[in-house]
Amino acid sequence: MSHPENASEFLKDQAQAKWHDETLWFVRDKRDRISKTIPEWEDLRNLASQIKDNVLANLGPYLEQFEENAKKNGVQIHWAKDGEEHNRIVLDILKRHDCQAIVKSKSILTEECHLNPFLEKNGIDVVDTDLGERIVQLLHQPPSHIVLPAIHLKKGEISELFHEKLHTEKGNEDPAYLTQAARLHLREKFLGAKVALTGVNFGIAETGEFVVCTNEGNADMGVHLADVHVACMGIEKILPRRKDLGIFLRLLARSATGQPVTNYNSHFRSPAPGRELHIILVDNGRTAQLAREKFKNSLKCIRCGACMNTCPIYRRSGGFSYGSTVPGPIGSILSPGLDMKKHSTLPFASTLCGSCSDVCPVKINIHEQLYEWRQEITKAHGELGKGLSMWIAAGIFKSPLAYKISGSLMRKALKTLPDSLIYHPMNAWGKSRDLPEAPKESFQQWYQKNRS
Amino acid sequence: MSSREAILSAIRGIKLEPKPLPEIPEFGIQGEIEATFVQSILGNKGEVLSQAEFETWLTASNHPKLISRSTHFSDLSTISLPEDPHQLNDLDLAILDGQFGVAENGAIWLEDADLGLRVVPFIAEHLVIVLNKKNLVATMHQGYERIGSATSGFGVFIAGPSKTADIEQSLVVGAHGAKSLRVVLI
Amino acid sequence: MISDSPKIGLFIPCYVDQFYPQVGVASLELLEKLGCKVSYPMGQTCCGQPLANSGYERDTAGATRHFIELFKDFDYVVAPSGSCVLHVKEHVPAIPGLENEQAKLHHKVFELTEFITDVLKVEKIEGKFPHRVGFHSSCHGQRGLRLSSSSELNQNPFNKAKKLLENLEGLEWVELSRTDECCGFGGTFSVTEEALSVRMGKDRLEDHAQHQTEILTGGDMSCIMHLQGIATRNKQPLKFLHIAEILNQAIS
Repeated sequence: MSHPENASEFLKDQAQAKWHDETLWFVRDKRDRISKTIPEWEDLRNLASQIKDNVLANLGPYLEQFEENAKKNGVQIHWAKDGEEHNRIVLDILKRHDCQAIVKSKSILTEECHLNPFLEKNGIDVVDTDLGERIVQLLHQPPSHIVLPAIHLKKGEISELFHEKLHTEKGNEDPAYLTQAARLHLREKFLGAKVALTGVNFGIAETGEFVVCTNEGNADMGVHLADVHVACMGIEKILPRRKDLGIFLRLLARSATGQPVTNYNSHFRSPAPGRELHIILVDNGRTAQLAREKFKNSLKCIRCGACMNTCPIYRRSGGFSYGSTVPGPIGSILSPGLDMKKHSTLPFASTLCGSCSDVCPVKINIHEQLYEWRQEITKAHGELGKGLSMWIAAGIFKSPLAYKISGSLMRKALKTLPDSLIYHPMNAWGKSRDLPEAPKESFQQWYQKNRS
Repeated sequence: MSSREAILSAIRGIKLEPKPLPEIPEFGIQGEIEATFVQSILGNKGEVLSQAEFETWLTASNHPKLISRSTHFSDLSTISLPEDPHQLNDLDLAILDGQFGVAENGAIWLEDADLGLRVVPFIAEHLVIVLNKKNLVATMHQGYERIGSATSGFGVFIAGPSKTADIEQSLVVGAHGAKSLRVVLI
Repeated sequence: MISDSPKIGLFIPCYVDQFYPQVGVASLELLEKLGCKVSYPMGQTCCGQPLANSGYERDTAGATRHFIELFKDFDYVVAPSGSCVLHVKEHVPAIPGLENEQAKLHHKVFELTEFITDVLKVEKIEGKFPHRVGFHSSCHGQRGLRLSSSSELNQNPFNKAKKLLENLEGLEWVELSRTDECCGFGGTFSVTEEALSVRMGKDRLEDHAQHQTEILTGGDMSCIMHLQGIATRNKQPLKFLHIAEILNQAIS
């Protein structure tokens, strides 16, 4: 399914679509308001962008420095070229510890690697512990948003799900009640897991430590009870210095949810006595993206989700309409790099309004990259029909005479063609919109008559 | 070739223009530090108490299993720190000393030495962090200056009680971690 | 006001030429009232934006070359469209042999309201327009050319169009709930993502209706064509004018 098909499907339930739009607008509005309480907000964005530029320019040396320091701290480092290798490394660690059940906190990288289905196929019970992620996991759905995984669901649906799976009271939709039920359900899982898996928000080259941010405390509940902590980290998550965290932690939560900071910002430097700490450094298309001059800046992303909340398309079409692990504007510039054919409609799922670029805390020029991906996609997959008609149009633009003729033909046609043709279902413009009334003369004709 | 070598050599093969690492200027806050800190904690759904208020609250409440690692309230523990963190599952209250607090967002820094076991502030039903007023800084920048090149194996900024808004964006306090945070400013 | 009467070329986007000649006329008359010497080079074509935004920038070399040749000798080029101005400045292929002209032209092309506020340095326009006016910020004008502050950024609010409109006698400026959300036109987006495009347009119109907009105006007729198309279909009693039409009427 293409994005337009998925979007029109989503829009069929108008009330739900409106609610989705307004809920995310509320988050964006919170972000707008809190960002305006920080006078140096735009300086912070500039600094974050410059730090990430520096990271991308020196990614190799920083990774080596990070590895060296982490090893000194007693951390075991693994490298994975792709999702498959990443998944195998995780499974090996689990096997070595004879572990059948793991708890996992939010990690978009593991979604990208499709870790859960892989582990489940190998007989491992995987429990996502972020409340939103647990909800979608119980529904056998992927997250529809990278920060708010269950934002597409209404509390009634969650109440029904919890009634079925967690035996909560039928019809009790109180979020506090449902959250408490999940707390009890997941507490058992935390207590039973030998291995806990987390993502990584930031890895610090100069210290070898990494930082994980959550509001619920689920990452910490998992890793501090388990014997083994496995942290899955995209290679672009590096920051050079510990003090750079000051910039990024000031930006992250404010951009993501409009909070001043996430509740728990845990800095892991070395394993607790008697425990194991592993970091898996994953490429999975990142070095390929780094080599694409026009698109490498997409690797600056800190996964705050602000571009999704602000995007007028995302808000009205939902995360699933994108059909990619990372939905929304940032996903639409990351995903074509992974599979251009599969994601060829995503860069067109935008009006190029530019709101995503202005909201981005690391100043990724998202809408400009959407434009650039369009140029790449038409080169690679230009379907004949569209390509051909565009080519003809190009010919028209080149020739003033031809343009004039086709223009007056069009004006004439508008006056003479029956409405049924203009508003034919095939005519996407006319389905829900009138065409402008045709004037009796063009501006050129007026100018010739009156001014020359 | 190992994957490590494959990744690093792929990066080495890309022509990358040098980009300088910027210095971070001193950013402060506009308001008064302690008042801002208190507002931040309240905004994060925590509470701020004086020592006297805290003592009144503690006497009036019932916490059978309590661990205090605070040097200010060292004799309050009802149980000792176990070896196995799983045994803390029914811990009612933890009282910990925070190293410093950040006014702009209410984040309080704690390290291994303050926690005893890393799981303590997360697994406890309720959390109290004791903080000296002298140890308040304006922003995260000053916070990281304070941390400097400390080498604790684990450190955490805690800014409030555990919370979630994953069900229809309704804020619920008490997701997985502590259901309340009280900060005692002394 | 500019002293030595520079030559100003009027760049009229193709859909304005074909569907909204009155906007071209208003732009021309308005600039003349403000003391400018304006001419309209004949033989203008589409600038190529629909092609470029559809991923065929490489096929717009012909249109671009034609544009440079038509306008290279003007001191300024002014268009009543933020979107087309952004295109000819940012999204055109380099034309071999015309590199110098192209580079110079880049700094000479202006959207109408920014030309009036930034080049003509008009501080306010005297005139009368006793209506309740809602302004639609086109995204390419706003976030592309920075004709107004954007709600995402922490910056001092400004709006070049508002500056020109707000002093008109009797004009009531409508404050919207969402000051700068996209209307959903987006060029070919309006047909390739028809359902979304129409939904976005309806939402914008609802915001204007809720705030009792009488006349909806803006700097880009393409957005207005889309919004007007939806409003007319749904028989919404809303009037639509390009900002050039309002300013031109108000001064007379």
